[in-house]
Amino acid sequence: MDKTLTSKHGPWIAGGLIGLIAVALTHFGNPGNMGFCVACFTRDIAGALGFHRAGVVQYIRPEIPGFILGSFLSSLLFREYSPRGGSSPAVRFGLGVFAMLGALVFLGCPWRAYLRVSGGDWNALYGVGGLIVGIFIGILFLWNGFSLGAAEKNPKFAGLIMPLIAVSLLAFLFLAPKFGENAPIFFSEKGPGSQHAPVLMALAAGLIVGWLAQRSRFCTVGAIRDFLMMGDGHLLKGIIAFMITAFAANYFLGTFKPGFENQPVAHSDQLWNFLGMVLSGLAFTLAGGCPGRQLIMAGEGDSDAGIFVLGMLAGAAIAHNFSAASSGAGIGAMGMHVTIIGLIFCGFVGILSRDRG
Amino acid sequence: MSDVITVNASGLSCPQPVMLTKKALSNLSSGKVEVLVDTATSRNNVSRFAENKGWSVNVEELENGGYKLILEK
Repeated sequence: MDKTLTSKHGPWIAGGLIGLIAVALTHFGNPGNMGFCVACFTRDIAGALGFHRAGVVQYIRPEIPGFILGSFLSSLLFREYSPRGGSSPAVRFGLGVFAMLGALVFLGCPWRAYLRVSGGDWNALYGVGGLIVGIFIGILFLWNGFSLGAAEKNPKFAGLIMPLIAVSLLAFLFLAPKFGENAPIFFSEKGPGSQHAPVLMALAAGLIVGWLAQRSRFCTVGAIRDFLMMGDGHLLKGIIAFMITAFAANYFLGTFKPGFENQPVAHSDQLWNFLGMVLSGLAFTLAGGCPGRQLIMAGEGDSDAGIFVLGMLAGAAIAHNFSAASSGAGIGAMGMHVTIIGLIFCGFVGILSRDRG
Repeated sequence: MSDVITVNASGLSCPQPVMLTKKALSNLSSGKVEVLVDTATSRNNVSRFAENKGWSVNVEELENGGYKLILEK
């Protein structure tokens, strides 16, 4: 099995399975077209911890700690656990913030963008278009010598921080502690945050996907990047299989609903669907991989990816506290502003970060 | 060409290890190139790229972690 997952067939086998698991999670309770959404789930976790107070999106999604721990255990088992870090961490934090802000203008990370298309939400076609353009801009920076510099080997313990955070999140989920008057872990009673698959099922799904993605290197941004840059379709097959199985499962379960209107957790402001994902795609490309991949690398001991994930957590809080997140009703009051500021930030990062001549 | 070219891609994010390898191989029709990487992902990506270009790849695991890939054609 492991030989297959690490072979040239790995990405499409992993992608196909992940597509099925995603639709199963939706079927068993996750919000529509949200079997997996690293941005939405991280945003829900930020809400559960009280970092933002948007009451409808607060829940500790076990899929996220599941990804980190699945990857952590897999990397230990296959001797790929490799504590490392030190490649422009503060810049990566900023990229994580803006990747999240862009994703919450669109309402989904690249994983959910593909899942939305697979469920018939044609608004997401603008998001996928934006994602491709954002990745292409990132490629232009790479071709011009962009680099955040080399990471170095870290002490073994350094790589354990993100897995420890993942375990803490699971403890908060299962124990739901109260830290004082008005200081609980927040769990939405209505809205998307209240919709979720059974906890143990979602955790198991996260662990399995963490393992599959760690072995196959499944990456929703690297797939397009490698294809556009070098004509390398290795990872792209993963995305195609992911979308095909998700579509087939949606079709079979009656949740394929083609159209623009009344799509779950989506809006039809196409310009900002597009530009939000340009920002997100660019930020992910500059950081070296999609949000799922960042979680997987964080599980392998990569502190730079860990910092990026913490940036996403902060970005989620900023998005809701500063009225920048979209909702089904449309984009937030500050949605345009943060998108433009994010594009300028990424532009500076792309131009000014270079490691070697 | 008898000189060994060394590419140090250790610690770099995707896709830089493959980009640096591609640059090093682009002007060579044969020879020997050594590529240093720090993760199994970069090891696999560089190996796959070089093999697709017709180079043979030998992997040495380094003592301090990381890998030395020896590409020959």
